[in-house]
Amino acid sequence: MNFHQMSMVQLAGKLQDKSVSSVELTQYFSDRMAKYDGQINGYITQTPELAMAQAQAADARRAAGETGLLLGMPLAHKDIFCTQDIITTCASKMLANFKAPYNATVVEKLNAVGMVTLGKTNMDEFAMGSTTENSAFGVTRNPWDTAAVPGGSSGGGAAVLAAGLAPIATGTDTGGSIRQPAAFCGVTGIKPTYGSVSRYGMIAYASSLDQGGPMGKTAEDCAHLLAAMAGFDERDSTSAEGDRPDYVGSLNAPLTGLKVGLPKEYFGEGLSDEVRAATLATAAELEKLGATLVDVSLPNTAHAVPAYYVIAPAEASSNLSRYDGVRFGHRCDSPKDLNDLYTRSRAEGFGVEVKRRIMVGAYVLSAGYYDAYYLKAQRVRRLIKEDFMQAFESCDVILGPVAPTPAWKLGEKTSDPTAMYLADIYTIPVNLAGLPAIAMPAGFAGALPIGVQLIGNYFSEPRLLNVAHQFQQATDHHTKTPAAWA
Amino acid sequence: MSDQIDVHKVARLGALAIGADEVVAVGQKLNAIVGLFDQLAAINTDGVEPMAHPLDQVQRLRDDVVIEKDIHQYVQQIAPRVEAGLYLVPKVIE
Repeated sequence: MNFHQMSMVQLAGKLQDKSVSSVELTQYFSDRMAKYDGQINGYITQTPELAMAQAQAADARRAAGETGLLLGMPLAHKDIFCTQDIITTCASKMLANFKAPYNATVVEKLNAVGMVTLGKTNMDEFAMGSTTENSAFGVTRNPWDTAAVPGGSSGGGAAVLAAGLAPIATGTDTGGSIRQPAAFCGVTGIKPTYGSVSRYGMIAYASSLDQGGPMGKTAEDCAHLLAAMAGFDERDSTSAEGDRPDYVGSLNAPLTGLKVGLPKEYFGEGLSDEVRAATLATAAELEKLGATLVDVSLPNTAHAVPAYYVIAPAEASSNLSRYDGVRFGHRCDSPKDLNDLYTRSRAEGFGVEVKRRIMVGAYVLSAGYYDAYYLKAQRVRRLIKEDFMQAFESCDVILGPVAPTPAWKLGEKTSDPTAMYLADIYTIPVNLAGLPAIAMPAGFAGALPIGVQLIGNYFSEPRLLNVAHQFQQATDHHTKTPAAWA
Repeated sequence: MSDQIDVHKVARLGALAIGADEVVAVGQKLNAIVGLFDQLAAINTDGVEPMAHPLDQVQRLRDDVVIEKDIHQYVQQIAPRVEAGLYLVPKVIE
């Protein structure tokens, strides 16, 4: 049985009708992980023994009468979520031996419903990057072309899904880190409304932007995992209050009357022909399913990249000040004084891109520059949000590309960070505004997948998941798997 | 135009040791990044309030009671060096 080619919901059906046990399913994915991960390096840590113990416990719960859809389902966690039983590295030498004293709320919630942890996935160090090349534990390769990047920062999660080394995964998205790797690896991922999923125990990069979410083969899979991940959390001071919407209940609603906005700024210079064609083909397909297309404008889109690369590094420089060589992680040898302990521990523990963003952040927050950069960027951020609010007066969801191109080659952009930053143009505005957006496969450019995204208003995840699910019912892009891992 | 970044100063602000051989290359990259920010100055934001939180949520307060569990024993087990219930760190002050 090719379990790795099935969606999570299909696998859940097999667990529920008891045609397969969690132990069998877990063994199947553990075997694939052990056999194939060396070719893509999607996992930083594999935990087959813990997984087997959790699978046995899940089977016992099912035998005792529990019926949960996620009970006994194997899962890969991004290595940014703190796990009490497993090292949590955030792909940094700084945290190479970090044992968290508690589980992240997301981990706690998914453990509670009986999910099984296969391991912790690779990422850009502290989630800073778009390619997973900034990992202290080696690059992750794209299963569709192992010379190409898988995207980032949740590149490990996207790659293990595409290679069939896990049926479902967690990710986080600060500037596109769920959606862009999902697009590059041909999987589905949703970045929820800011505050939907608890940030407690999710290692902080830029606190006003960070948001956890699910990655899976299908929108339906993501809906079920999001339902288990989301919820108000007293321990996260930025957690949105109140109940979360029903992410699953409206998946099958028809798209008749749906208004899909096409922002002209998302189809301008820099967008590759293949991605443009796939995005427009998606629009045409949605139209066939009953939607109406509407032209909209997001005039401040071009300002999103500078605003983001002021705000995110500023918050990062503050958040990462906790790594002082004393309380967490790496500590340099034989410090000669306190300053030497701090500066050398940090210089040794952090990678190049993390150090770069700490310095940019320190610069934009420094005396004399704060108003011109940080405060100005926060004002621009409001303009970006207002663009979206204006657009949503004439449409229900916005359709656009995730990235200007398909995945590029490993090493192609590592020497030019500004070029890498500019490729985040279509994902970053969503984070600045705090909106939800789902990325889904929409075609291919040669051997490489192309993803598109649907952006919705605050807490409209049920609608986004519904549209993506209906699109996936009518198309087969999401069912394709890379031949090498078939 | 933005000023040229003083690499030693931003490294000090970021508490990062930096080798003399790295300064020029690091400075070039930082200046290229900060160059992206120049366009912000041209945007009219008169009367626009800075946005710190997407939902303009204000800081939530909770009752002033202890909610954390005592994890001293567990943290003692995972700390690099401990003695008599305390945490040992390198001597850095003479």
